[in-house]
Amino acid sequence: MKLAIASGKGGTGKTTLAVNLALAADRAVLLADCDVEEPNDHLFFPALEWSEQVIDWPLPEVDEALCDGCGECSDFCQYNALISFGTVPYISPDLCHGCGGCQLICPKKAITETSRRIGVVKTAAMEHVSLIEGRGDIGSTLTPSLIRAVKTKASAAGLSILDAPPGTSCPMITTLQGSDFAVLVTEPTPFGLNDLQLAVDAVRELGLPFGVVINRAGSGDDRVLDWCRDNQITVLAEIPEDRRIAEAYSRGEALVTTLPEYRDLFAGILEKVGA
Amino acid sequence: MNELVVISGKGGTGKTSLLASFAVLAENAVLADCDVDAADLHLILAPTVRERHEFWSGHEAVVNEEDCINCGICVEPCRFDAVSQVRTETGESTYRIDPVACEGCGVCVHVCPVEAIDFPERLSGHWMVSDTRAGPMVHARLGAAAENSGKLVTTVKQAARQLAKDQRRDLVLVDGPPGIGCPVIAAIGGATAVLIVTEPTVSGLHDLERVLKLARHFGVESHVCVNKWDLNPARTAEIEDMALAAGAKPAGRVRYDPAVTRAQIGTRAVVETDAPSATDIRKVWDALTLVHQGENA
Repeated sequence: MKLAIASGKGGTGKTTLAVNLALAADRAVLLADCDVEEPNDHLFFPALEWSEQVIDWPLPEVDEALCDGCGECSDFCQYNALISFGTVPYISPDLCHGCGGCQLICPKKAITETSRRIGVVKTAAMEHVSLIEGRGDIGSTLTPSLIRAVKTKASAAGLSILDAPPGTSCPMITTLQGSDFAVLVTEPTPFGLNDLQLAVDAVRELGLPFGVVINRAGSGDDRVLDWCRDNQITVLAEIPEDRRIAEAYSRGEALVTTLPEYRDLFAGILEKVGA
Repeated sequence: MNELVVISGKGGTGKTSLLASFAVLAENAVLADCDVDAADLHLILAPTVRERHEFWSGHEAVVNEEDCINCGICVEPCRFDAVSQVRTETGESTYRIDPVACEGCGVCVHVCPVEAIDFPERLSGHWMVSDTRAGPMVHARLGAAAENSGKLVTTVKQAARQLAKDQRRDLVLVDGPPGIGCPVIAAIGGATAVLIVTEPTVSGLHDLERVLKLARHFGVESHVCVNKWDLNPARTAEIEDMALAAGAKPAGRVRYDPAVTRAQIGTRAVVETDAPSATDIRKVWDALTLVHQGENA
Protein backbone atom coordinates (compact mmCIF):
# COMPACT_ATOMS: atom_id res chain seq x y z
CA MET A 1 0.00 0.00 0.00
CA LYS A 2 1.17 3.48 -0.89
CA LEU A 3 0.14 6.02 1.72
CA ALA A 4 0.75 9.69 0.93
CA ILE A 5 0.97 12.30 3.69
CA ALA A 6 0.01 15.75 2.42
CA SER A 7 -1.35 19.15 3.38
CA GLY A 8 -2.22 22.40 1.67
CA LYS A 9 -0.59 24.48 4.36
CA GLY A 10 3.05 24.00 5.30
CA GLY A 11 4.19 23.27 8.83
CA THR A 12 1.08 21.36 9.88
CA GLY A 13 2.98 18.20 10.83
CA LYS A 14 3.46 16.11 7.66
CA THR A 15 7.01 15.16 8.64
CA THR A 16 5.96 14.33 12.20
CA LEU A 17 3.18 12.11 10.90
CA ALA A 18 5.22 10.39 8.18
CA VAL A 19 8.19 9.65 10.44
CA ASN A 20 6.10 8.43 13.37
CA LEU A 21 3.80 6.30 11.20
CA ALA A 22 6.90 4.61 9.78
CA LEU A 23 8.33 4.02 13.26
CA ALA A 24 5.01 2.78 14.63
CA ALA A 25 4.53 0.21 11.83
CA ASP A 26 4.92 -3.40 12.94
CA ARG A 27 6.64 -4.49 9.72
CA ALA A 28 9.12 -3.34 7.10
CA VAL A 29 8.20 0.06 5.70
CA LEU A 30 9.60 2.33 3.04
CA LEU A 31 9.57 6.03 3.90
CA ALA A 32 9.98 8.27 0.84
CA ASP A 33 10.65 11.97 1.50
CA CYS A 34 9.24 13.65 -1.61
CA ASP A 35 9.59 17.17 -0.19
CA VAL A 36 12.71 17.55 -2.31
CA GLU A 37 12.93 21.31 -1.76
CA GLU A 38 13.20 20.92 2.01
CA PRO A 39 13.59 17.23 2.96
CA ASN A 40 13.38 16.78 6.75
CA ASP A 41 12.52 13.14 7.48
CA HIS A 42 16.21 12.21 7.78
CA LEU A 43 16.66 14.60 10.72
CA PHE A 44 14.76 12.13 12.88
CA PHE A 45 17.01 9.19 11.98
CA PRO A 46 20.46 10.00 13.38
CA ALA A 47 23.70 8.50 12.07
CA LEU A 48 22.42 7.08 8.83
CA GLU A 49 24.75 5.59 6.26
CA TRP A 50 23.66 6.94 2.94
CA SER A 51 24.15 5.79 -0.57
CA GLU A 52 23.58 8.52 -3.08
CA GLN A 53 22.63 8.67 -6.73
CA VAL A 54 22.97 11.86 -8.76
CA ILE A 55 19.88 12.66 -10.84
CA ASP A 56 20.50 14.28 -14.20
CA TRP A 57 17.97 15.70 -16.59
CA PRO A 58 18.39 16.50 -20.30
CA LEU A 59 19.43 19.94 -21.55
CA PRO A 60 19.76 20.84 -25.24
CA GLU A 61 23.05 21.81 -26.85
CA VAL A 62 23.35 23.48 -30.27
CA ASP A 63 26.03 22.66 -32.81
CA GLU A 64 26.72 26.14 -34.15
CA ALA A 65 28.29 24.78 -37.33
CA LEU A 66 25.03 23.07 -38.29
CA CYS A 67 22.52 25.69 -37.03
CA ASP A 68 21.25 28.08 -39.70
CA GLY A 69 19.27 30.22 -37.27
CA CYS A 70 15.85 29.24 -38.66
CA GLY A 71 14.31 29.74 -35.19
CA GLU A 72 11.95 26.74 -35.34
CA CYS A 73 13.21 25.52 -31.96
CA SER A 74 12.49 28.89 -30.43
CA ASP A 75 8.96 28.90 -31.91
CA PHE A 76 8.31 25.39 -30.61
CA CYS A 77 9.58 25.82 -27.03
CA GLN A 78 6.62 26.44 -24.71
CA TYR A 79 8.90 27.61 -21.90
CA ASN A 80 10.90 30.29 -23.79
CA ALA A 81 14.01 28.31 -22.88
CA LEU A 82 15.46 28.80 -26.36
CA ILE A 83 15.37 32.26 -27.92
CA SER A 84 16.50 32.86 -31.49
CA PHE A 85 16.45 36.12 -33.45
CA GLY A 86 17.44 34.54 -36.74
CA THR A 87 20.54 33.43 -34.90
CA VAL A 88 21.90 30.42 -33.05
CA PRO A 89 19.41 30.12 -30.14
CA TYR A 90 20.30 31.32 -26.67
CA ILE A 91 19.46 28.60 -24.09
CA SER A 92 18.21 29.34 -20.54
CA PRO A 93 18.67 26.16 -18.48
CA ASP A 94 16.48 27.59 -15.66
CA LEU A 95 13.45 27.68 -17.96
CA CYS A 96 14.06 24.38 -19.80
CA HIS A 97 11.89 21.42 -18.75
CA GLY A 98 14.01 18.98 -20.79
CA CYS A 99 11.09 17.84 -22.95
CA GLY A 100 13.29 17.11 -25.98
CA GLY A 101 11.01 18.99 -28.38
CA CYS A 102 13.69 21.28 -29.80
CA GLN A 103 15.82 18.30 -30.75
CA LEU A 104 12.85 16.67 -32.51
CA ILE A 105 11.89 19.83 -34.37
CA CYS A 106 15.32 21.02 -35.61
CA PRO A 107 15.41 20.54 -39.41
CA LYS A 108 19.23 20.69 -39.48
CA LYS A 109 19.73 18.11 -36.70
CA ALA A 110 21.85 20.75 -34.98
CA ILE A 111 20.48 20.07 -31.49
CA THR A 112 21.70 17.25 -29.29
CA GLU A 113 21.22 16.73 -25.59
CA THR A 114 23.64 16.95 -22.77
CA SER A 115 22.59 16.71 -19.13
CA ARG A 116 22.57 18.84 -16.03
CA ARG A 117 22.30 17.84 -12.39
CA ILE A 118 18.95 18.55 -10.71
CA GLY A 119 19.58 16.86 -7.38
CA VAL A 120 20.24 13.54 -5.68
CA VAL A 121 18.23 10.58 -4.46
CA LYS A 122 19.64 9.16 -1.23
CA THR A 123 18.80 5.88 0.48
CA ALA A 124 19.52 4.53 3.95
CA ALA A 125 18.07 1.91 6.27
CA MET A 126 17.48 1.80 10.01
CA GLU A 127 15.80 -1.11 11.77
CA HIS A 128 12.56 -1.77 9.88
CA VAL A 129 12.54 1.58 8.03
CA SER A 130 14.12 2.12 4.62
CA LEU A 131 14.42 5.83 3.96
CA ILE A 132 14.56 7.32 0.47
CA GLU A 133 15.09 11.02 0.13
CA GLY A 134 15.14 13.37 -2.84
CA ARG A 135 17.18 16.53 -2.43
CA GLY A 136 16.95 19.19 -5.12
CA ASP A 137 19.97 21.31 -6.00
CA ILE A 138 19.70 24.97 -4.96
CA GLY A 139 18.28 27.01 -7.84
CA SER A 140 16.82 24.00 -9.67
CA THR A 141 13.21 24.43 -10.77
CA LEU A 142 12.62 20.86 -11.94
CA THR A 143 11.01 19.68 -8.71
CA PRO A 144 8.45 17.29 -10.32
CA SER A 145 11.14 15.49 -12.34
CA LEU A 146 13.18 14.83 -9.21
CA ILE A 147 10.08 13.65 -7.33
CA ARG A 148 9.40 11.17 -10.14
CA ALA A 149 12.97 9.87 -9.69
CA VAL A 150 12.32 9.36 -5.95
CA LYS A 151 9.07 7.54 -6.69
CA THR A 152 10.71 5.25 -9.23
CA LYS A 153 13.25 4.27 -6.60
CA ALA A 154 10.49 3.84 -4.00
CA SER A 155 8.27 1.52 -6.00
CA ALA A 156 8.22 -1.63 -3.92
CA ALA A 157 5.68 -4.09 -2.62
CA GLY A 158 4.60 -3.75 1.01
CA LEU A 159 3.92 -0.52 2.86
CA SER A 160 5.32 2.76 1.51
CA ILE A 161 4.76 6.13 3.16
CA LEU A 162 5.29 9.18 0.96
CA ASP A 163 5.92 12.53 2.64
CA ALA A 164 4.59 15.12 0.16
CA PRO A 165 5.68 18.75 -0.28
CA PRO A 166 3.21 21.40 0.96
CA GLY A 167 0.76 23.12 -1.36
CA THR A 168 -1.61 21.85 -4.02
CA SER A 169 0.37 22.40 -7.22
CA CYS A 170 2.70 20.25 -9.32
CA PRO A 171 5.13 18.96 -6.62
CA MET A 172 2.28 17.83 -4.32
CA ILE A 173 0.26 16.34 -7.17
CA THR A 174 3.27 14.51 -8.63
CA THR A 175 3.82 12.89 -5.24
CA LEU A 176 0.19 11.84 -4.77
CA GLN A 177 -0.34 10.32 -8.21
CA GLY A 178 -0.50 6.54 -8.02
CA SER A 179 -1.01 6.47 -4.23
CA ASP A 180 -3.70 4.31 -2.67
CA PHE A 181 -4.70 6.70 0.11
CA ALA A 182 -3.94 10.28 1.14
CA VAL A 183 -3.74 11.47 4.73
CA LEU A 184 -4.28 15.24 4.88
CA VAL A 185 -2.75 16.89 7.93
CA THR A 186 -4.17 20.18 9.17
CA GLU A 187 -4.54 22.48 12.16
CA PRO A 188 -7.75 23.63 13.88
CA THR A 189 -7.38 27.24 12.67
CA PRO A 190 -8.79 29.45 9.87
CA PHE A 191 -5.58 28.98 7.82
CA GLY A 192 -5.67 25.25 8.50
CA LEU A 193 -9.27 24.90 7.30
CA ASN A 194 -8.80 27.06 4.20
CA ASP A 195 -5.74 25.10 3.10
CA LEU A 196 -7.39 21.76 3.95
CA GLN A 197 -10.27 22.66 1.63
CA LEU A 198 -7.76 23.34 -1.18
CA ALA A 199 -6.02 20.02 -0.51
CA VAL A 200 -9.37 18.18 -0.53
CA ASP A 201 -10.17 19.74 -3.94
CA ALA A 202 -6.81 18.48 -5.22
CA VAL A 203 -7.17 14.88 -3.94
CA ARG A 204 -10.73 14.74 -5.27
CA GLU A 205 -9.40 15.87 -8.66
CA LEU A 206 -7.03 12.87 -8.47
CA GLY A 207 -9.84 10.57 -7.34
CA LEU A 208 -7.94 9.38 -4.27
CA PRO A 209 -9.58 8.14 -1.08
CA PHE A 210 -8.46 10.27 1.86
CA GLY A 211 -8.84 11.06 5.54
CA VAL A 212 -7.84 13.95 7.80
CA VAL A 213 -5.52 14.18 10.80
CA ILE A 214 -5.92 17.29 12.97
CA ASN A 215 -2.65 18.30 14.58
CA ARG A 216 -2.35 20.67 17.59
CA ALA A 217 -5.95 19.85 18.46
CA GLY A 218 -7.15 22.21 21.16
CA SER A 219 -5.00 25.16 20.05
CA GLY A 220 -7.74 26.70 17.90
CA ASP A 221 -11.45 26.05 17.53
CA ASP A 222 -13.84 23.40 16.14
CA ARG A 223 -14.16 24.70 12.58
CA VAL A 224 -12.13 21.87 10.99
CA LEU A 225 -14.02 19.15 12.89
CA ASP A 226 -17.38 20.75 12.02
CA TRP A 227 -16.49 21.10 8.36
CA CYS A 228 -15.29 17.48 8.13
CA ARG A 229 -18.50 16.26 9.77
CA ASP A 230 -20.72 18.38 7.50
CA ASN A 231 -18.89 17.02 4.45
CA GLN A 232 -18.73 13.36 5.56
CA ILE A 233 -14.94 13.40 5.70
CA THR A 234 -13.27 10.93 8.07
CA VAL A 235 -11.11 12.39 10.81
CA LEU A 236 -8.55 9.63 11.38
CA ALA A 237 -6.98 11.11 14.50
CA GLU A 238 -6.38 14.24 16.51
CA ILE A 239 -2.89 14.91 17.83
CA PRO A 240 -3.28 17.18 20.85
CA GLU A 241 -1.53 20.54 21.34
CA ASP A 242 1.25 19.51 23.70
CA ARG A 243 4.31 21.68 24.24
CA ARG A 244 6.36 18.52 24.89
CA ILE A 245 5.69 17.44 21.29
CA ALA A 246 6.92 20.81 19.95
CA GLU A 247 10.03 20.60 22.14
CA ALA A 248 10.85 17.01 21.14
CA TYR A 249 10.43 18.04 17.49
CA SER A 250 12.70 21.05 18.00
CA ARG A 251 15.44 18.68 19.22
CA GLY A 252 14.99 16.29 16.30
CA GLU A 253 13.52 13.48 18.40
CA ALA A 254 10.85 11.15 17.06
CA LEU A 255 7.65 11.43 19.04
CA VAL A 256 7.02 7.68 19.46
CA THR A 257 10.50 7.32 21.00
CA THR A 258 10.43 10.33 23.35
CA LEU A 259 6.73 10.15 24.28
CA PRO A 260 5.81 6.44 23.83
CA GLU A 261 2.24 7.11 25.00
CA TYR A 262 1.60 8.42 21.47
CA ARG A 263 2.61 5.17 19.72
CA ASP A 264 -0.94 3.76 19.77
CA LEU A 265 -2.29 6.90 18.12
CA PHE A 266 -0.02 6.37 15.09
CA ALA A 267 -0.54 2.61 14.96
CA GLY A 268 -4.29 3.34 15.08
CA ILE A 269 -4.06 5.56 11.99
CA LEU A 270 -2.31 2.78 10.04
CA GLU A 271 -5.04 0.38 11.08
CA LYS A 272 -7.84 2.77 10.09
CA VAL A 273 -6.48 3.33 6.59
CA GLY A 274 -6.04 -0.43 6.15
CA ALA A 275 -2.26 -0.32 5.82
CA MET B 1 10.05 51.59 -4.68
CA ASN B 2 11.08 49.01 -2.10
CA GLU B 3 9.99 45.43 -2.00
CA LEU B 4 10.13 43.14 1.04
CA VAL B 5 9.39 39.44 0.54
CA VAL B 6 8.64 37.24 3.54
CA ILE B 7 9.68 33.61 2.94
CA SER B 8 10.54 30.65 5.13
CA GLY B 9 11.96 27.52 3.52
CA LYS B 10 9.96 25.38 5.92
CA GLY B 11 6.21 25.97 5.81
CA GLY B 12 4.03 26.98 8.73
CA THR B 13 6.61 29.09 10.55
CA GLY B 14 4.40 32.18 10.71
CA LYS B 15 5.04 34.08 7.45
CA THR B 16 1.44 35.15 6.94
CA SER B 17 0.85 36.10 10.59
CA LEU B 18 3.92 38.34 10.44
CA LEU B 19 3.09 39.80 7.06
CA ALA B 20 -0.48 40.68 8.08
CA SER B 21 0.98 42.65 10.98
CA PHE B 22 3.50 44.38 8.72
CA ALA B 23 0.64 45.29 6.39
CA VAL B 24 -1.14 47.04 9.25
CA LEU B 25 2.06 48.79 10.42
CA ALA B 26 3.10 49.98 6.95
CA GLU B 27 1.70 53.34 5.95
CA ASN B 28 1.80 53.32 2.20
CA ALA B 29 2.19 49.77 0.93
CA VAL B 30 0.70 47.48 -1.69
CA LEU B 31 0.28 43.89 -0.50
CA ALA B 32 0.92 40.82 -2.64
CA ASP B 33 0.02 37.28 -1.56
CA CYS B 34 2.41 35.15 -3.59
CA ASP B 35 1.69 31.91 -1.72
CA VAL B 36 -0.67 31.07 -4.57
CA ASP B 37 -0.90 27.36 -3.66
CA ALA B 38 -2.31 28.01 -0.22
CA ALA B 39 -3.09 31.71 0.06
CA ASP B 40 -4.17 32.76 3.57
CA LEU B 41 -3.55 36.50 3.89
CA HIS B 42 -7.14 37.23 2.81
CA LEU B 43 -8.39 35.38 5.90
CA ILE B 44 -6.93 38.13 8.08
CA LEU B 45 -7.34 41.18 5.86
CA ALA B 46 -10.89 40.40 4.58
CA PRO B 47 -10.44 41.96 1.13
CA THR B 48 -13.19 43.48 -1.02
CA VAL B 49 -12.46 42.24 -4.53
CA ARG B 50 -12.39 45.06 -7.10
CA GLU B 51 -11.02 43.22 -10.15
CA ARG B 52 -10.89 39.54 -10.99
CA HIS B 53 -8.72 38.23 -13.85
CA GLU B 54 -8.40 34.80 -15.42
CA PHE B 55 -4.94 33.27 -15.35
CA TRP B 56 -4.28 31.41 -18.59
CA SER B 57 -0.99 29.68 -18.62
CA GLY B 58 0.56 27.37 -21.13
CA HIS B 59 -1.24 24.65 -23.02
CA GLU B 60 -2.41 21.13 -22.39
CA ALA B 61 -2.39 18.24 -24.82
CA VAL B 62 -5.72 16.47 -25.33
CA VAL B 63 -6.20 13.38 -27.55
CA ASN B 64 -9.14 13.67 -29.89
CA GLU B 65 -10.33 10.07 -29.57
CA GLU B 66 -12.31 10.11 -32.83
CA ASP B 67 -9.21 10.93 -34.85
CA CYS B 68 -6.74 8.78 -32.89
CA ILE B 69 -5.58 5.77 -34.95
CA ASN B 70 -4.23 4.03 -31.88
CA CYS B 71 -0.62 3.90 -33.16
CA GLY B 72 0.97 4.76 -29.81
CA ILE B 73 3.73 6.89 -31.34
CA CYS B 74 3.04 9.62 -28.75
CA VAL B 75 3.88 7.44 -25.73
CA GLU B 76 7.64 7.09 -25.90
CA PRO B 77 8.68 10.71 -26.59
CA CYS B 78 6.77 12.04 -23.55
CA ARG B 79 9.37 12.67 -20.85
CA PHE B 80 6.70 13.22 -18.20
CA ASP B 81 5.00 9.79 -18.51
CA ALA B 82 1.71 11.55 -19.22
CA VAL B 83 0.44 9.39 -22.11
CA SER B 84 -1.14 6.01 -21.52
CA GLN B 85 -3.25 3.49 -23.38
CA VAL B 86 -6.81 3.16 -22.07
CA ARG B 87 -10.11 1.56 -23.05
CA THR B 88 -13.05 3.77 -23.95
CA GLU B 89 -16.55 3.12 -22.63
CA THR B 90 -17.29 1.08 -25.74
CA GLY B 91 -14.26 -1.14 -25.10
CA GLU B 92 -12.05 0.26 -27.84
CA SER B 93 -8.42 1.02 -27.22
CA THR B 94 -7.21 4.63 -27.38
CA TYR B 95 -4.61 6.93 -25.82
CA ARG B 96 -5.18 9.52 -23.16
CA ILE B 97 -3.03 12.29 -21.69
CA ASP B 98 -3.09 12.79 -17.96
CA PRO B 99 -3.75 16.54 -17.59
CA VAL B 100 -1.99 16.55 -14.24
CA ALA B 101 1.26 14.95 -15.43
CA CYS B 102 1.27 16.90 -18.74
CA GLU B 103 3.75 19.79 -18.64
CA GLY B 104 2.37 21.25 -21.88
CA CYS B 105 5.55 20.88 -23.95
CA GLY B 106 3.78 19.95 -27.21
CA VAL B 107 6.04 17.03 -28.19
CA CYS B 108 3.11 14.59 -28.55
CA VAL B 109 1.21 17.15 -30.64
CA HIS B 110 4.23 17.34 -32.95
CA VAL B 111 4.85 13.59 -33.32
CA CYS B 112 1.21 12.54 -33.88
CA PRO B 113 1.03 11.41 -37.54
CA VAL B 114 -2.70 12.22 -37.92
CA GLU B 115 -2.95 15.50 -35.95
CA ALA B 116 -5.25 13.87 -33.42
CA ILE B 117 -3.88 15.80 -30.43
CA ASP B 118 -5.34 19.22 -29.65
CA PHE B 119 -3.33 21.81 -27.73
CA PRO B 120 -5.72 24.29 -26.08
CA GLU B 121 -4.65 26.99 -23.64
CA ARG B 122 -5.08 26.09 -20.01
CA LEU B 123 -7.08 28.09 -17.44
CA SER B 124 -4.89 27.62 -14.37
CA GLY B 125 -6.46 29.98 -11.86
CA HIS B 126 -7.53 33.54 -11.10
CA TRP B 127 -5.89 36.63 -9.69
CA MET B 128 -7.62 39.50 -7.97
CA VAL B 129 -7.02 43.13 -7.05
CA SER B 130 -8.73 44.02 -3.78
CA ASP B 131 -9.07 46.70 -1.14
CA THR B 132 -8.28 45.93 2.49
CA ARG B 133 -8.12 48.00 5.68
CA ALA B 134 -4.31 47.82 5.33
CA GLY B 135 -4.16 48.99 1.72
CA PRO B 136 -4.64 47.49 -1.74
CA MET B 137 -3.82 43.81 -2.17
CA VAL B 138 -3.14 41.55 -5.14
CA HIS B 139 -3.83 37.87 -4.53
CA ALA B 140 -4.58 34.72 -6.48
CA ARG B 141 -6.12 31.31 -6.46
CA LEU B 142 -4.48 28.49 -8.36
CA GLY B 143 -6.89 25.92 -9.81
CA ALA B 144 -7.03 22.54 -8.02
CA ALA B 145 -4.13 20.37 -9.16
CA ALA B 146 -2.97 23.07 -11.60
CA GLU B 147 0.64 23.84 -12.41
CA ASN B 148 2.70 26.88 -13.31
CA SER B 149 2.41 28.44 -9.89
CA GLY B 150 5.75 30.20 -10.59
CA LYS B 151 4.16 32.11 -13.45
CA LEU B 152 1.15 33.04 -11.34
CA VAL B 153 3.52 34.36 -8.65
CA THR B 154 5.22 36.52 -11.28
CA THR B 155 1.82 37.78 -12.48
CA VAL B 156 0.76 38.75 -8.94
CA LYS B 157 4.06 40.50 -8.26
CA GLN B 158 4.02 42.48 -11.49
CA ALA B 159 0.43 43.58 -10.86
CA ALA B 160 1.36 44.70 -7.32
CA ARG B 161 4.34 46.70 -8.60
CA GLN B 162 2.21 48.38 -11.25
CA LEU B 163 -0.40 49.26 -8.64
CA ALA B 164 2.28 50.76 -6.39
CA LYS B 165 3.53 52.84 -9.30
CA ASP B 166 0.04 54.02 -10.28
CA GLN B 167 -0.93 54.94 -6.72
CA ARG B 168 2.51 56.38 -5.82
CA ARG B 169 3.04 53.89 -3.04
CA ASP B 170 6.64 53.30 -2.00
CA LEU B 171 6.54 49.73 -0.68
CA VAL B 172 5.41 46.31 -1.92
CA LEU B 173 5.00 43.74 0.86
CA VAL B 174 5.04 40.17 -0.44
CA ASP B 175 3.85 37.02 1.37
CA GLY B 176 6.00 34.34 -0.25
CA PRO B 177 5.53 30.59 -0.72
CA PRO B 178 7.41 27.92 1.28
CA GLY B 179 10.24 25.86 -0.20
CA ILE B 180 13.10 26.79 -2.51
CA GLY B 181 11.63 25.83 -5.91
CA CYS B 182 10.21 27.81 -8.81
CA PRO B 183 7.47 29.73 -6.93
CA VAL B 184 10.02 30.99 -4.39
CA ILE B 185 12.51 31.91 -7.10
CA ALA B 186 9.74 33.85 -8.84
CA ALA B 187 8.75 35.56 -5.57
CA ILE B 188 12.22 36.83 -4.63
CA GLY B 189 13.29 38.02 -8.11
CA GLY B 190 14.02 41.77 -8.05
CA ALA B 191 13.22 42.19 -4.32
CA THR B 192 14.97 44.79 -2.14
CA ALA B 193 15.30 42.21 0.63
CA VAL B 194 13.83 39.00 1.98
CA LEU B 195 12.81 38.31 5.56
CA ILE B 196 13.19 34.61 6.31
CA VAL B 197 10.94 33.45 9.14
CA THR B 198 12.15 30.29 10.82
CA GLU B 199 11.63 28.39 14.06
CA PRO B 200 14.17 26.93 16.49
CA THR B 201 13.82 23.30 15.40
CA VAL B 202 16.13 20.92 13.56
CA SER B 203 13.91 21.29 10.48
CA GLY B 204 13.85 25.08 10.82
CA LEU B 205 17.65 25.22 10.93
CA HIS B 206 18.07 22.76 8.06
CA ASP B 207 15.56 24.55 5.82
CA LEU B 208 16.96 27.99 6.68
CA GLU B 209 20.38 26.88 5.49
CA ARG B 210 18.96 25.94 2.10
CA VAL B 211 16.80 29.04 1.66
CA LEU B 212 19.75 31.31 2.63
CA LYS B 213 21.81 29.65 -0.09
CA LEU B 214 19.02 30.32 -2.54
CA ALA B 215 18.79 34.02 -1.58
CA ARG B 216 22.57 34.33 -1.96
CA HIS B 217 22.46 32.50 -5.29
CA PHE B 218 20.11 35.22 -6.56
CA GLY B 219 21.95 38.06 -4.78
CA VAL B 220 19.07 39.18 -2.52
CA GLU B 221 19.74 40.81 0.87
CA SER B 222 18.52 38.50 3.68
CA HIS B 223 17.16 39.10 7.17
CA VAL B 224 16.28 36.30 9.57
CA CYS B 225 13.64 36.26 12.30
CA VAL B 226 13.16 33.34 14.72
CA ASN B 227 9.52 32.70 15.58
CA LYS B 228 8.59 30.80 18.78
CA TRP B 229 12.21 31.37 19.83
CA ASP B 230 11.66 30.38 23.47
CA LEU B 231 10.71 26.83 22.44
CA ASN B 232 14.45 26.14 22.24
CA PRO B 233 16.68 29.13 23.19
CA ALA B 234 19.94 27.29 22.46
CA ARG B 235 18.83 26.42 18.93
CA THR B 236 17.66 30.03 18.42
CA ALA B 237 21.17 31.26 19.20
CA GLU B 238 22.59 28.62 16.88
CA ILE B 239 20.29 29.78 14.08
CA GLU B 240 21.23 33.44 14.54
CA ASP B 241 24.94 32.59 14.48
CA MET B 242 24.46 30.57 11.34
CA ALA B 243 22.51 33.41 9.70
CA LEU B 244 25.26 35.93 10.53
CA ALA B 245 27.96 33.59 9.22
CA ALA B 246 25.98 33.26 5.98
CA GLY B 247 25.86 37.05 5.56
CA ALA B 248 22.24 37.52 6.68
CA LYS B 249 21.11 39.96 9.36
CA PRO B 250 19.20 38.78 12.45
CA ALA B 251 15.95 40.78 12.58
CA GLY B 252 14.77 39.73 16.02
CA ARG B 253 12.83 37.06 17.85
CA VAL B 254 9.12 36.46 18.34
CA ARG B 255 7.96 34.51 21.38
CA TYR B 256 5.75 31.38 21.38
CA ASP B 257 2.29 32.86 21.88
CA PRO B 258 -1.08 31.04 21.73
CA ALA B 259 -2.68 34.48 21.22
CA VAL B 260 -1.43 34.38 17.60
CA THR B 261 -3.98 31.66 16.83
CA ARG B 262 -6.68 33.60 18.71
CA ALA B 263 -5.93 36.70 16.62
CA GLN B 264 -6.28 34.57 13.46
CA ILE B 265 -9.62 33.20 14.66
CA GLY B 266 -10.76 36.79 15.32
CA THR B 267 -9.71 37.90 11.78
CA ARG B 268 -7.17 40.31 13.27
CA ALA B 269 -3.49 40.87 12.63
CA VAL B 270 -1.47 40.11 15.78
CA VAL B 271 -0.52 43.82 16.18
CA GLU B 272 -4.21 44.72 16.16
CA THR B 273 -4.63 42.74 19.42
CA ASP B 274 -3.00 42.91 22.85
CA ALA B 275 -1.15 39.62 22.24
CA PRO B 276 2.20 39.65 24.09
CA SER B 277 4.04 38.80 20.85
CA ALA B 278 2.71 42.00 19.19
CA THR B 279 5.58 43.87 20.89
CA ASP B 280 8.09 41.43 19.38
CA ILE B 281 6.59 41.83 15.90
CA ARG B 282 6.76 45.65 16.12
CA LYS B 283 10.46 45.32 16.97
CA VAL B 284 11.07 43.10 13.93
CA TRP B 285 9.29 45.70 11.76
CA ASP B 286 11.49 48.45 13.24
CA ALA B 287 14.61 46.35 12.58
CA LEU B 288 13.60 46.34 8.92
CA THR B 289 13.21 50.15 8.69
CA LEU B 290 16.01 50.45 6.14
CA VAL B 291 14.23 47.96 3.91
CA HIS B 292 10.81 49.63 3.98
CA GLN B 293 12.00 53.24 4.13
CA GLY B 294 15.35 52.91 2.39
CA GLU B 295 16.64 55.15 -0.35
CA ASN B 296 14.88 53.24 -3.11
CA ALA B 297 11.59 54.50 -1.68
